[in-house]
Amino acid sequence: MFNTQLDAIVPMLCVTLAALASMGAEALRRPGERTPIGALGIIGLIFGGAAAVLLWDRNAVGFGVIAADNFGLFVTVVLTIVGVLTIMFSSQVLERDGLPVGEYYALILFSIVGMIMMATATDLLVIFIALEILSLSVYVLTAIRRDHMPGTEAAFKYFLLGAFSSAFFLYGIAFTYGVTGSTRLAAVGSFLSAQSMSNNPMILLALGLLLVGFAFKISAVPFHMWTPDAYEGAPAIVTGFMSTGVKAAAFAAFARVFLSAFEPFKGEWAPVVALIAVATMVLGTVVGVAQSNLKRMLAYSSIAHGGYLLVGLVAANQVGKAAILFYLLAYSVTNLAAFGVIALLGSRDKPNDSLRDYAGLWHTRPALAALMTVCLLSLGGLPPTAGFIGKWYIFSAAVSAGYYSLAVIGMLTSVISVFFYLRVVVMMYMAEREGEAVQVRITGVGMAALAVSIAAIFYLGVLPTKILDLAASSISTIF
Amino acid sequence: MLTLSWALPLVGAIVLLFVGNADARRNGLIRWLALAFSLATFAVTLALWAGFNSASAEFQFVERVAWIPAFGIDYYLGIDGISLLLVVLTGFLTPIALLSSWESIEKKVKEFSIFILVLEAAMIGVFVSLDLFLFYVFWDAMLIPMYFLIGIWGYDQRIYAAIKFMLYTMAGSVLMLVAILGLAYLHSEATGSYSFDLLKLYTLDIAPETQRWFFLAFAVAFAIKVPLFPFHTWLPDAHVQAPTAGSIILAGVLLKMGTYGLVRFAFPLFPMAATEFAPWIALLAVIGIVYGALVAMVQPDMKKLVAYSSVSHLGFVVLGICAMNVQGVQGAVYQMLAHGISTGGLFLIVGMLSDRRHTRLISEFGGLKNVMPRLTAAFLIITLASIGMPALNGFIGEFLTMLGAFLWDPRFVVAAGLGVILSAVYMLWMFQRVYLGSVTNEENETLQDLKPREWASVIPLCALAIVMGVFPTIFLKPMEPAVQRLVAQVQSVQPLRVQNEMQKAKFKMQTISDSSQQRIGVKP
Repeated sequence: MFNTQLDAIVPMLCVTLAALASMGAEALRRPGERTPIGALGIIGLIFGGAAAVLLWDRNAVGFGVIAADNFGLFVTVVLTIVGVLTIMFSSQVLERDGLPVGEYYALILFSIVGMIMMATATDLLVIFIALEILSLSVYVLTAIRRDHMPGTEAAFKYFLLGAFSSAFFLYGIAFTYGVTGSTRLAAVGSFLSAQSMSNNPMILLALGLLLVGFAFKISAVPFHMWTPDAYEGAPAIVTGFMSTGVKAAAFAAFARVFLSAFEPFKGEWAPVVALIAVATMVLGTVVGVAQSNLKRMLAYSSIAHGGYLLVGLVAANQVGKAAILFYLLAYSVTNLAAFGVIALLGSRDKPNDSLRDYAGLWHTRPALAALMTVCLLSLGGLPPTAGFIGKWYIFSAAVSAGYYSLAVIGMLTSVISVFFYLRVVVMMYMAEREGEAVQVRITGVGMAALAVSIAAIFYLGVLPTKILDLAASSISTIF
Repeated sequence: MLTLSWALPLVGAIVLLFVGNADARRNGLIRWLALAFSLATFAVTLALWAGFNSASAEFQFVERVAWIPAFGIDYYLGIDGISLLLVVLTGFLTPIALLSSWESIEKKVKEFSIFILVLEAAMIGVFVSLDLFLFYVFWDAMLIPMYFLIGIWGYDQRIYAAIKFMLYTMAGSVLMLVAILGLAYLHSEATGSYSFDLLKLYTLDIAPETQRWFFLAFAVAFAIKVPLFPFHTWLPDAHVQAPTAGSIILAGVLLKMGTYGLVRFAFPLFPMAATEFAPWIALLAVIGIVYGALVAMVQPDMKKLVAYSSVSHLGFVVLGICAMNVQGVQGAVYQMLAHGISTGGLFLIVGMLSDRRHTRLISEFGGLKNVMPRLTAAFLIITLASIGMPALNGFIGEFLTMLGAFLWDPRFVVAAGLGVILSAVYMLWMFQRVYLGSVTNEENETLQDLKPREWASVIPLCALAIVMGVFPTIFLKPMEPAVQRLVAQVQSVQPLRVQNEMQKAKFKMQTISDSSQQRIGVKP
């Protein structure tokens, strides 16, 4: 490249260009004309992903604040996969619901830029900027259906609480700067490990505020309040995108900040995060049992999955760090596919997202029911799916770090979660349809996206070696 | 070869997936295809037996390929005498299960056959895995097809029963997973690398306290599956609601996985904890024997009666395992096979009656021997086998387990003996009410006797019940070296107890085994 500083941000540049191009294409589009804007986005994402693969093992650093190390690149690739699948699922939804195509894709792409930045940033302020880029895009996406009251309400709630959490996060950065004199993670880390600061209230305060900020974004209990409402109100595919992309990016930054800069304080934050993890797993599953709306149910399930990821963070050993990466990939693909099915089954007037709408789906759409079942079993962590390997990896990290109780609680909550995943399966396979069946036409692109996700779920579940090794090798570069 | 044994049914399921079946027009083809694949699998399992070296205690037909090397997880298969027989049992019962549903399953025949074949693949996988991770994958994967079998093709309360079955079993097995992870971690502590290799983990030196916890985690998972009192409550629901094929497989094979797990994993992995807990487990087993029999006695529903009788019979198996001497364990394994045959047969015939009359209440029947003498004869043979009549298969297993238990602690045998008597009471009483006397219900007068297809499924079961009763050595011989190795392995941690047992056994074994062989008509 022209400038080695630019190398590290090539993936982001590709996606940004695609976003700008789709805005331009929308502007130049004649009314009523159909332009393949989604394809632009997919091309940009594929280039971004390819750039990330090419940067592998090169540890490029851009401008001192963006580190394209293997950890960041792994998450970048996961995020581009999330983006491609989201766009593939969206194509049908946009046409059906009459959403503004150009804006929609541009927002999706911009938020992915923010996510990639968040995953690769090594400066607290850059992380904050990335957080804002992705959050603002996602707020708008939540309310993209202007005629849809619940969506607007959800976006408003999401925005208010999100603004609070950003403020917390910013305070945390300010305190960190006040104590250490830097916002660069490396500088903060070396400052903290050089001096004995454990009884400095300022740094503990900074730690706590940063933790709150991250906990909001990954919807950990007790900062999860916005999640069910936002997830239920947003269009299904946007929910899928939020629950995977945002979570993956936030976790990447969370892990980077807490496991590198604040590693010396692990003794302080580990018990707190462990407690949050337990609360998150338990609340996510127990409340999930009581839901009758599928989107809301999956919202609670994604809260619970955040809890499992936190277990990996608490374990914080080599296995745990790699487990977070693997789990993010497995969870993203699975959850996105599940929301994809919901999105594909919806119609303009009726979202078809309550449990009852799935009654007898097996009889009308056997293939879709089978694919949904695979997603749900993977979310429930049953072999031979990606979700099983992911859970096994996370909990083996917990066991090898000596956190047996976390592992046992995690396992038991995952059994409870299987109960509510099975409720959907029961509906699809064992209940009779009351009233008329859901009539939808599903495009080839949507089915292709589903097929790809399912293939990935089985690939990760049966032959995970390659990805496990990649995950393991990518954490060794930074921590 | 072992890969073939579990992959063949899976291939069958995938083939069926691609058979178009719009409007259920190809149901016949699908049934025959499924049956062909299950019979081919049975042939493979028999070929395994033919090629098996009965004199060796080692694992045979071993296959080993690295799977997830970073964690020392291998695709590692192998069988010894114990698993061989259970694999053959699985291969034997699956075609019978398919035959039993030839006419009774009308809706979604394709999916039904697919689930049965996937289930068979997972069951065989459980018995042939020597890698704990692989074992767990099969163990959990097996739940999914069974869940669908109960939930879609079962009776009225099927959904409740299916979910209860799934959650109960999973709750136990996730704890086992934590223990498995813990074992792998201990292995890495001791040797520097993770391993899920069962044979390596056998040699691991585990602290007593850890052993206790891990043993409990394993034991609870298996106790739920067996099911051991008081973890048995899912069983009557699952059995009663499952379609006939589901009940046959559930009783015939799935329950054996619990006892197999105790023999293969829980006891030899944690011998110290196992010997410590054995009396308590045996106590639960004996309670189960008596309790199951008492509850079975008052059941108005034939299927439920048979289901509770399983609780009782599996208690003998657990008792034999807890005794942990050669007789006890051999008897336990033998009883597993015998119970698979006889209870499979009972469910099969009860299913036939229920297909004809759409009820399973004992009070609805009476005097059936007058209208369906052949079915009655078959049922009588299976009933007698089930209650442990000499010269039939149940006797050998019960006798050996009680012998083993007697050598260990005679007190348990007293209670278990009560169970034998009670089993005769409830089974014969049911037989009397259903088949003897004159026809009391008009609807029963026109019932059809066994059809050719039903003959095909009943005859192998009756024949095996007799063969297993008369020539037990055919089945005892291949498992003997494996059982001896297992017992030696578990007892090696308790030298004192072994010495005691040896002395006791020395003069008792000679006399008792002589007389037992005379009684069951085998030349020594």
